[in-house]
Amino acid sequence: MAAVTETVEQVQAVADGKYKYGFVTDIEADTAPKGLNEDIIRFISAKKNEPEWLLDWRLKAYRHWLKMPEPEWAMVDFPPIDYQDAYYYSAPKSDTDGPKSLDEVDPELLRTYEKLGIPLQEQERLAGVAVDAVFDSVSVATTYKKKLEEVGVIFCSMSEAVENHPDLVREYLGSVVPYSDNKHATLNSAAFTDGSFVYVPKGVRCPMELSTYFRINAANTGQFERTLIIADEGSYVSYLEGCTAPMRDENQLHAAVVELVALDDAEIKYSTVQNWYPGDENGVGGIYNFVTKRGACRGRNSKISWTQVETGSAITWKYPSCILQGDNSVGEFYSVAITNNYQQADTGTKMIHIGKNTSSTIIAKGIAAGKSNSTYRGLVKIQPGAKGARNYTQCDSLLIGDKCGAHTVPYIESRNRSGRVEHEATTAKIGEDQMFYCQQRGLSEEEAVALIVNGFCKEVLQELPMEFAVEAQKLVGISLEGSVG
Amino acid sequence: MLEIKDLHVTVDGAEILKGIDLAIAPGEVHAIMGPNGSGKSTLSYVLAGRDGYEVTGGSILYKGEDLLEMAPEERAAAGVFLAFQYPIEIPGVASMTFLKTALNAVRKQRGESELDAMQFLKLVREKAKLLNVTDDMLKRAVNVGFSGGEKKRNEVLQMAVLNPTLAVLDETDSGLDIDALKVVADGVNALRGPDRSMLVITHYQRLLDYIVPDRVHVLAHGRIARSGGKELAHELEAKGYAEFGANEAA
Amino acid sequence: MTEVQTFVDQYGAAKAVLPGAGLPWLASLREQGIERFAALGFPTRNMEAWRYTNVRPLQKVAFAPAEPAEGVQIAVDHGAAHRLSFVNGRFRPDLSNVGDLPAGVVLTSLATVLAEDPESLKDHLGAAAEDDGESFLALNTALMADGYVLRIGRGVVVEDPIEMLFIGAASDKSVAYHLRNLIVAEEGSAAVIVEDHIGHGEGAYFSNGATEVFAGPGARLKHYKLQDEARAAFHLHGAFVRLDRDSAYESFVLSLGARLSRNEIRTVLNGTGSECFLNGAYVVADEQHVDNTTFIDHATPHTDSREVYKGVLDDKARAVFQGTIMVRPDAQKINGHQLNRALLLSDKAEIDAKPALEIYADDVKCSHGATAGELDDDALFYLRARGIPEQQARRMLIEAFLDDVIDEITHPTVRDAFRDKVSAWLAARHEEDR
Repeated sequence: MAAVTETVEQVQAVADGKYKYGFVTDIEADTAPKGLNEDIIRFISAKKNEPEWLLDWRLKAYRHWLKMPEPEWAMVDFPPIDYQDAYYYSAPKSDTDGPKSLDEVDPELLRTYEKLGIPLQEQERLAGVAVDAVFDSVSVATTYKKKLEEVGVIFCSMSEAVENHPDLVREYLGSVVPYSDNKHATLNSAAFTDGSFVYVPKGVRCPMELSTYFRINAANTGQFERTLIIADEGSYVSYLEGCTAPMRDENQLHAAVVELVALDDAEIKYSTVQNWYPGDENGVGGIYNFVTKRGACRGRNSKISWTQVETGSAITWKYPSCILQGDNSVGEFYSVAITNNYQQADTGTKMIHIGKNTSSTIIAKGIAAGKSNSTYRGLVKIQPGAKGARNYTQCDSLLIGDKCGAHTVPYIESRNRSGRVEHEATTAKIGEDQMFYCQQRGLSEEEAVALIVNGFCKEVLQELPMEFAVEAQKLVGISLEGSVG
Repeated sequence: MLEIKDLHVTVDGAEILKGIDLAIAPGEVHAIMGPNGSGKSTLSYVLAGRDGYEVTGGSILYKGEDLLEMAPEERAAAGVFLAFQYPIEIPGVASMTFLKTALNAVRKQRGESELDAMQFLKLVREKAKLLNVTDDMLKRAVNVGFSGGEKKRNEVLQMAVLNPTLAVLDETDSGLDIDALKVVADGVNALRGPDRSMLVITHYQRLLDYIVPDRVHVLAHGRIARSGGKELAHELEAKGYAEFGANEAA
Repeated sequence: MTEVQTFVDQYGAAKAVLPGAGLPWLASLREQGIERFAALGFPTRNMEAWRYTNVRPLQKVAFAPAEPAEGVQIAVDHGAAHRLSFVNGRFRPDLSNVGDLPAGVVLTSLATVLAEDPESLKDHLGAAAEDDGESFLALNTALMADGYVLRIGRGVVVEDPIEMLFIGAASDKSVAYHLRNLIVAEEGSAAVIVEDHIGHGEGAYFSNGATEVFAGPGARLKHYKLQDEARAAFHLHGAFVRLDRDSAYESFVLSLGARLSRNEIRTVLNGTGSECFLNGAYVVADEQHVDNTTFIDHATPHTDSREVYKGVLDDKARAVFQGTIMVRPDAQKINGHQLNRALLLSDKAEIDAKPALEIYADDVKCSHGATAGELDDDALFYLRARGIPEQQARRMLIEAFLDDVIDEITHPTVRDAFRDKVSAWLAARHEEDR
């Protein structure tokens, strides 16, 4: 299963001899000691048999990271992170580490799966239950792999890519998000463990949606995931990230980096449904989701489209962006961010217009409930050379309850007179009359909220691939449970 | 079917209904007429269970059960339907989706099986045809950008689909021209039957030419000032509400 | 160069002779101000509130303290019913005309009040302009020498606009002056205040201003400002507005002049039923930099705000608009709407906008809109196809663009006067182009 790594708690529990599922592998050999220093980075790099240049790049990032301040501009509040109090490398967990059956899985988690309508077998896979179901996935994955190979699409883990396609990795890694970009991304550059790699050759339309689901070998990529997707001239790929079911992960810090490169006439569609553990209703626990995602539309007529549904994590700090270098290139950002209880989300995008006649669209919907805070933060920049650039931005916030906050902080910088920028934002609450109307037609309060919020988010949800959209809609309802009444 | 006894209702501290008594038997259509501000809409909201309407005295029994104890969606499931005077707009939610969600929620509460997409589509198409509700309207967001007539037809379509046993029509004629009124009235009349009761609330007698009531009540100053047969409506049309001391501008 | 220490030294030299020097409470206020300023230094672009406005050009000029410029003579229009004039930040009675004011109105200069009735200022001076890390405000508090004081007594309505004329008179040396104004409108009072900031001569000067405004219950204030400083001037002003219940504050800032200007307006809607309208326009060219920064704080329920700013930029001019609408927890039933639009006439011009909503209550209706773009080519073509020369057609379209924001000025004579100012600016520009 994707992106669930050994958790700090589990490792600690093992160290204390209390881990209830037992632990059969040799910890000392597969887990680097706590903390981060150059030796740990060398250890990670050596474990992965990396070439010299990559180790050097990691070390360069690490040295830079030491000097970088924490970003403080986001509207999120959390105690300082003790970077030395975390593990930066632990080997992927084997099947025997997981729960033996669904009986051992947190019933709360199963209840959510059920609401999402995920089949039992799927539930087992998602919960990390080591069962034969995995073999089905493997066989499914093999079928797909074969199909991809036929058209020349490379889809593998980052580690495999470093070994098998070093020239591609070397050319593009860090070319969109440089090692010195920001504190979180730089930490990732120094310490990334694994991730996905996609290369779509010239003129190829990837025959299926790619997702971590089918990337069995690259599972367990951990808290410092690094993804690189390259769409060569005239190609198209749609990539689905994450998983629509909540992945229980007690890791405090999830600092991933995603880089996309679209060459002439290429298009990348990147969809995310993020539902990491948000902490409990008292704000205890949950993931810090500090992710740097950026796409470069390098070629003429290229297009990058980000769609995200963010309902999980205690703190989300994430700005999937587009650098519109190629003339006529197109950037899109469609986002739904839902926060409840004590969650905090500061998310948005940057659209940097460099090429001529570039255009971008931003549709962001923020929904805040409970005691949460949801912020849209976005930058639209029209560079002097971006003749005829166009941007349209719409940000709407919906408040549920009177203890939450919804904020909109757009930055608009235009340096070309022929550029046209339009920004609209609204904040309102769910109308009492809307609620009553739905209830009069037989819907319960929670059903009514889910229906109205789904309507509010429609422009974004319809951008998701079909199978994702259905589950995302259900997720909208589930994540707002207990927010009314 | 419906039995209202000595109902007192307060809104924002002001008593609007001051002791209403009303009994509607199965299959009957009653009309409530009255000047603006007499409490007509208050009565419809109290029946549907809207927040902010405080019942300070009296009772409402619906099919022998205490209606006031039920949540709005429970009332809907039990068969109480309110056609809103001003139907609410819900951006982004297609009418079709709304209707399907509502119907299945109601069916679920009634212990009936949910309809699948095909069965539902068939049902809606059938009902929509009678009311001139086009597929295009069903695809659009609930009441968003609808004309006055479209909104009212949409209300009656919802009524037809949800199949209530007590329908409360609040000023369903307001804002309609005569042709639109006929379409809506035909839709309502098609739903009349021995097991379904209706309470038609209106300011004007005009609607009652098309939906002919069994009983007519005049509501003034929060009380039922007079009751009678359908001829009472004509009398009111001729004389106005002056004899009830109503201030038309209220 | 003007260093932080330059002003600290100027303060040291002047504190014994600044107006109100003998007053302990004022001395302590000034002392706190200079300490804050020394600690904060000049703002840098690393500070979120100053990310688009660089004050380095200001620091590069050596500013001397302004001296009373008695010699400067300026022909003023004596038609105004009530007028106070200030040259280089000092009150000039000879250029002023208080006129016939209703009983209960005090209109005078700050230095006069500090000399004659300083205790009357104690409750208000520094009470609205809170120390929130603004270094120029801190500097102003330390060095404030003069400005206007307007008090309108309970229930008094002043019909005619009260005009304040501020003249920056540059000479062979560049001067800095620190204006401090105070408006106290008591319950149920009303007044119209018009500030004209103009330059005399071509040299550089630095007008550092702060205006504190207190509107009592039900008071209604219209506060209009024309910033038409000399092209080499620096104009950094803040208005700090406190609104009590059911009061209304209407502001309009028209910026035409100065090399670098910033108008910051911070309004606290501190009483139920209060409302504010913050509007403005700017027309800038060459290398002018104009910054409009507003902060509207809905601190109580049932408060409304509306804001429209529009501007036109040519050449290498740069404009900044930062507008925040904040709704505090439990401040329900709020309406807050904001619009800002910029017209870019040149490829070298730049607009940076940051409209922000910060909402902590749910029963609110807030919105903002922002656009940036050039003149509509189709409209331009249409006008030209009807025989209107291009320059004139452009001017018509620019005036049309600004017209609706100028219409937001509810006082008719001020509205006409401001519209004429814009037309004159564009006409002068038109002449240059020929």
